[in-house]
Amino acid sequence: MARQMTGAKMVVQALKDQGVDTVFGYPGGAVLPIYDEIFQQNDIKHILVRHEQGAVHAAEGYARSTGKVGVALVTSGPGATNAVTGLTDALLDSIPIVVLSGQVPTFMIGSDAFQEADTVGITRPCTKHNWLAKETDTLAETLHQAFHVARSGRPGPVLVDIPKDTQFASGTYTTRQETKTSHYEPQLKGDITEITALVELMEQAERPVFYTGGGVINSGPAASQLLRELVDTTGFPITSTLMGLGAYPGSGKNWIGMLGMHGLYEANMAMHDCDLMINIGARFDDRITGLISAFSPNSKKAHIDIDPSSINKVIRVDIPIVGDVGHVLEDILKVWKSRGRKTNKEAVAKWQAQIDQWRAIKCLDFKQEGKTIKPQHALVRLEELTKKYDRYITTEVGQHQMWAAQYLTFDDPNRWMTSGGLGTMGYGFPASIGVQLAHPDALVINVAGEASWLMNMQEMGTAVQFRLPVKQFILNNERLGMVRQWQELLHGERYSHSWSEALPDFVKLAEAFGAKGILCSDPDDLDDAIMEMITHDGPVIFDCLVEKHENCFPMIPSGKPHNEMLLGEAETQGVIQSGGAVLV
Amino acid sequence: MAALKIKKGASSHSAYNLRPTFSDVEEVHTLAVLVTNEPGVLARVIGLFSGRGYNIESLTVAEVDHTGHTSRITIVTKGKPQIIEQIKTQLGRIVPVHEVHDLTVEGPSVERELGLFKVAGEGDKRVEAMRLADIFRANVVDTTLESFVFELTGAPEKIDAFADLMRPLGLVEVARTGVAALARGAH
Repeated sequence: MARQMTGAKMVVQALKDQGVDTVFGYPGGAVLPIYDEIFQQNDIKHILVRHEQGAVHAAEGYARSTGKVGVALVTSGPGATNAVTGLTDALLDSIPIVVLSGQVPTFMIGSDAFQEADTVGITRPCTKHNWLAKETDTLAETLHQAFHVARSGRPGPVLVDIPKDTQFASGTYTTRQETKTSHYEPQLKGDITEITALVELMEQAERPVFYTGGGVINSGPAASQLLRELVDTTGFPITSTLMGLGAYPGSGKNWIGMLGMHGLYEANMAMHDCDLMINIGARFDDRITGLISAFSPNSKKAHIDIDPSSINKVIRVDIPIVGDVGHVLEDILKVWKSRGRKTNKEAVAKWQAQIDQWRAIKCLDFKQEGKTIKPQHALVRLEELTKKYDRYITTEVGQHQMWAAQYLTFDDPNRWMTSGGLGTMGYGFPASIGVQLAHPDALVINVAGEASWLMNMQEMGTAVQFRLPVKQFILNNERLGMVRQWQELLHGERYSHSWSEALPDFVKLAEAFGAKGILCSDPDDLDDAIMEMITHDGPVIFDCLVEKHENCFPMIPSGKPHNEMLLGEAETQGVIQSGGAVLV
Repeated sequence: MAALKIKKGASSHSAYNLRPTFSDVEEVHTLAVLVTNEPGVLARVIGLFSGRGYNIESLTVAEVDHTGHTSRITIVTKGKPQIIEQIKTQLGRIVPVHEVHDLTVEGPSVERELGLFKVAGEGDKRVEAMRLADIFRANVVDTTLESFVFELTGAPEKIDAFADLMRPLGLVEVARTGVAALARGAH
């Protein structure tokens, strides 16, 4: 291979060397040389989005559903600033993506040139790392390092800002193998002394619970397999955060459901009453802990995380284990087996019986009656009719997102793409496009609310242009449902700006883009309409008109501990104290 | 991530120092952070402190290895033990950060700061300023008929004390470098 080439060619070559097959992007003045190179090759598919935010979320969906690094390409100035929300989203959810941005030529940087922005400065706090590539000779090495940083350790977004003169100039290409990465090699193996201490606790625990998170999924499919083995051989109950759904099968026998603010009653009660909490790749987020001073008061806590800064950040733990989830689980299993596979069987059986009692409350029960579709019912039917398919789910943010987490079942990792940490409305639709490109034959459904969906609706153009049969399952309540719910519970039912007026006719909107629209408002039509959506070979907007004032339960009100959940409308009066209102 | 390398005082069971309790007492710690000297690295470190609401009492930075392009950032910070631990682990995960040392817990260390003091005055005050400077072993690095510039090196407390004494004697301006610190001993 010729080692001398232009910077623009290096970009394409480096992407190929990194095994990239798809790039989401939007051209502009400062990236034209790179687009010229993309035009002259066929190995990398470029997907033209309709807004740079969409490019980054699509790259996230691609990354989350494949375990590979997602790539987005944007121009300078507004192209880069539009990418900021996606970068922050990926940072909070630890999604490995590489964003390449164009920049004005190096000799114009600082002159307030056309479409100039201090991209490296703006994105510094919302990337894991970023680079300004001022020299063509080091560009290839920088790109390879960018991929290495994005995927290593706790994954995350990185950005490489490439001035236009760097793209035009020629330099020497450095291959992936020649690139130095030695100074960034996070520790993978956990400390064996701590692991042994955890196993000792596991042998004695009377009320143990596994609390797992997105770190299990980020660690790769092998980690999920090890988790399943550990859970099923010990017989300990397992709950998961929103980000970790699918690592342990939702239909598995030890599964007690998602935990947290809108988690299941049995999961939160188990967290509160356990005597041993084993946190695997989760981070004690405030949606999980509720009132920190009353968080699981009587338990010993172990925390497995590849990022040392996650440990003791929020909750003080007794056994800290820094390492990759897969490596640590392997060692836990080894040590536990070598010590004779002991658990406190009798006590754990009693604990399971206690959990069964909590489960018997059936906190997700609802009544579908009358001629209005309940959003929960729509998801129960969607689950029933799609579970046999090779299915991937993305979501927007809000009530529908929580209902999707509650009522859909995930039996495998990488099947559930949602904006957990940042809570980005507008994430789900572009993410579904990224997922569909990675899995062309799969059924990809974005469970959406109408308000979130409108935030990135321009991506209909992308879906139609690239013939991506993504299904937009919109639970339309003509409200910003979660905002409305909080206003009802916390702000005296003053519904300040939480309803949508002048919503589009979603069927006509679909048709205007050359796609299919389906309207469903009658529970009796729901199954047929969902089947019509699934079987249609092309993108579909499914406008499901649902009950407008349905609240999402169960719920741990802000400022309350796990064992003070709201289970339904009857209990909500006066439960949230004024202190909770400040906690969002 | 540059694995957090803490030489002394670290728990034998873990890669880093886990302090036994979440005490509510604020402590002052001096951190030495070794970084690759590349554009933006100081902004990353400072941005971490401002973005997460940590304190910086003093900060010094200079390249200490010109061939290896390594800079040493010395930060004096204040916070509860849990926050100090957070600061160290958060610093440790910045990609160009190689090592984080907490000189306050890793054993005895020396801390020094340099101050420049411009003192203007005539007559007795000028004589008194000169006399005090002698006691503090400050050097005169500039003089006119009505002013001195003193140079003084020492622990931050010594610099504070000297500034307090100069104030009534015509102190016009002070420049301080912030703390530079090293662990005592051969390693």
